[in-house]
Amino acid sequence: MKWLLLSVIVASTVVSDVLQSRGMKIAGGASTSAPGLGRVLALIASRRDLALAILCMAVSFFAFLALVQTQPISFVVPASAGSFVLETVLAKFVLRERVAARRAMGALLVAFGILLVAR
Amino acid sequence: MKPQRESVECAPPEGFRRVPVRLSAIAGSYGLLVIVTLLKPFSNLFLAWGMRQFSEILALNPAVYLRAMLEPLVALGIVMQILWLLTRMSLLSVADLSFVLPVTSAGYVLSTLLGRIFLHEPVSASRWAGAILISLGAALVASTPEKTTEGAGIGK
Repeated sequence: MKWLLLSVIVASTVVSDVLQSRGMKIAGGASTSAPGLGRVLALIASRRDLALAILCMAVSFFAFLALVQTQPISFVVPASAGSFVLETVLAKFVLRERVAARRAMGALLVAFGILLVAR
Repeated sequence: MKPQRESVECAPPEGFRRVPVRLSAIAGSYGLLVIVTLLKPFSNLFLAWGMRQFSEILALNPAVYLRAMLEPLVALGIVMQILWLLTRMSLLSVADLSFVLPVTSAGYVLSTLLGRIFLHEPVSASRWAGAILISLGAALVASTPEKTTEGAGIGK
């Protein structure tokens, strides 16, 4: 059950983050002020991809609640960083961001860190 | 005679897309980075803390989740999560995902630290090493020069 919940957290976080990044890039620069955050809310209401991103985030959130009830937070949070590696790959191929060798090395370091944390 | 105001061209911070922004907006983006990095570990702490006090075991029954959300600490954690989500989405509108992820991942170590201090969780040496390795990897990614992407037509 522990690993199933962790997989749900990672998968839904990955989908949510990629959709959020894609949607917000297309929507353009949002202000960092309070009205800017209001604009983000309006974007969520008007864009299907952002609404789906929030739905995935909600799935991730409830799986997190269930997992953190029985597992230490010092395990749950770093282990869920597995999404980091997948998202870096998707940032390159889906979002067309440039992922250089050093960036890939960094992602590998994170992956090793996750293995240590999950032991 | 009134001095003429000089127009200053300011480059965006590394990893931020080249969009027409003022200096104050760039400072605001760095402020957002700090807020996003701190909000997540603290919201995780309150959620974990609240869930430990919640007596029922979460299952597939949505009513149990709703009751859990009424726990004061869980509710505080949820409010912080919502704020985190909105500020992070705002940040993602001006910065690449592959930049935001590593820079904000200092939160992983902070979460481990908060779990140790407030929830008295045992943290083994290998778990500490893992958390530090995650941060080192994240810092390495953050140090890479980032080619920015265009706003429109992503993924097409």
